Amino acid sequence: MIIIENIHKQFGENKVLNNVSFDFEQGKTNLIIGESGSGKTTLLKILIGLHSLDEGNIIYDGRIFNQMKLKEKRQIRQEIGMLFQGGALFDYMTVEENIMFPLTMFTNQSTEEKLDRVNFCLKRVNLENKNKLLPSELSGGMLKRVAIARAISMNPKYLLCDEPNSGLDPKTAILIDNLIKEITEEYNITTIVNTHDMNSVMQIGENIAFIYNGTIWWKGNKEELINSNNRELNEFVFASELFKRLKKS
Amino acid sequence: MIKGIKNLGDYFIMMKKVISRPEKYSMFFRQLRLEINKIGLDSVGIVIIISFFIGAVITIQQYLNIEDPLIPKYLIGLVTRDALILEFSPTMIGLILAGKIGSNISSEIGTMRITEQIDALEIMGINSASFLVLPKIIAAIISFPILIILSVSIGIIGGLFGGQSVGVLTSDFVQGLQYEFIPFYVTYSIIKTIVFAYLITSISAYFGYHTKGGAINVGVSSTKAVVYSSILILIFNFILTDLILS
Repeated sequence: MIIIENIHKQFGENKVLNNVSFDFEQGKTNLIIGESGSGKTTLLKILIGLHSLDEGNIIYDGRIFNQMKLKEKRQIRQEIGMLFQGGALFDYMTVEENIMFPLTMFTNQSTEEKLDRVNFCLKRVNLENKNKLLPSELSGGMLKRVAIARAISMNPKYLLCDEPNSGLDPKTAILIDNLIKEITEEYNITTIVNTHDMNSVMQIGENIAFIYNGTIWWKGNKEELINSNNRELNEFVFASELFKRLKKS
Repeated sequence: MIKGIKNLGDYFIMMKKVISRPEKYSMFFRQLRLEINKIGLDSVGIVIIISFFIGAVITIQQYLNIEDPLIPKYLIGLVTRDALILEFSPTMIGLILAGKIGSNISSEIGTMRITEQIDALEIMGINSASFLVLPKIIAAIISFPILIILSVSIGIIGGLFGGQSVGVLTSDFVQGLQYEFIPFYVTYSIIKTIVFAYLITSISAYFGYHTKGGAINVGVSSTKAVVYSSILILIFNFILTDLILS
């Protein structure tokens, strides 16, 4: 479980996050939704320590992350799997080397053990026998799946995903969503997905935080979201005709 | 001025992160091998070509300048040797490598920055600065002196060929090469080369590591890396020459 308490973040004069508090529950896909520029990515980067925070606390299962020294933070980060928007695979390494990389860095496993783990992870994301391909030879959906395989290779306790569906066709997007949900339930991990894709919200949204003007404007699950009367939330979620019709029905 | 001081501060903060114990030595040596290949072996061709022709040109120019029959012809070999060891090989090749390797390092690390590959390393709990930059610095410190010794050797061979084309006797040229050779000049040349290797790799890595934005900014970082490395090579060339030789 990850708890954030009263987070404040300001870039110069621009207040990006203002008193943000939320509980990201274990075994659930926790979604952060909001318009572009609302502070979603900043919040995710603060969670993993890529941005410092001005005030507040980030608590990973009782451990206060923001009060830790860099060395301790690095220990926690080894428990985090992160799926970046563009995949962030190392482009000079093959698929196999990318997934094996954290295992080589942080375990003393033999090459055979590492290969077994790589093959298991690739099988889990339905990408068997793609070991020797380079990232440049993969499609967008395959890239994301390899990135998920790399993220889960170390059996993480926390999985953080930044816009996992950006640039993907609807069918592949659903595949990625389902994969994230399945992995979350299978390993009972705390998953946080940062998205503005409403299909994802409807597909996997179990614990949702809507960020508006730098604050948590609304929280709930997908059923509560559909029935909510919050004006700002409705303007964001039901912006398209399709979702307006869904709301009416 | 304030921006310059801030950049200098950021550079030293980054270098503090870079110069730390590698997290996994097997991975470090793997990276080091790759970097020696990229920085050292891949530069052999350009060093050979440039050194050969510059050696030849230095010899021809010396021949054309020494018209006085009282000045012995073996001085052509001596001047070529000392010009190559003292200045041409360490400084000129340093500047050329600043262009070739500096832009490569800066654009590679800059691209990794904007495609979030550096963030990915940090999230994994890896000291990204040390993982990416330290092998490059050590690879350059190992490779550059070898390249410079190669450059001097090829330059002398070029000088020999250049001299023959204008009528300098091989025996005169070789006598000049051997005449009053001061071994300390080679030490001085290697000291300069090691400093230049550090400057080129660390400055280029700094600009790459602090790239923000998109592809255009990668290009900007690359240009800055080459310009600043070149200027600092010239400044440190002056400082080191003053300190060591005078």
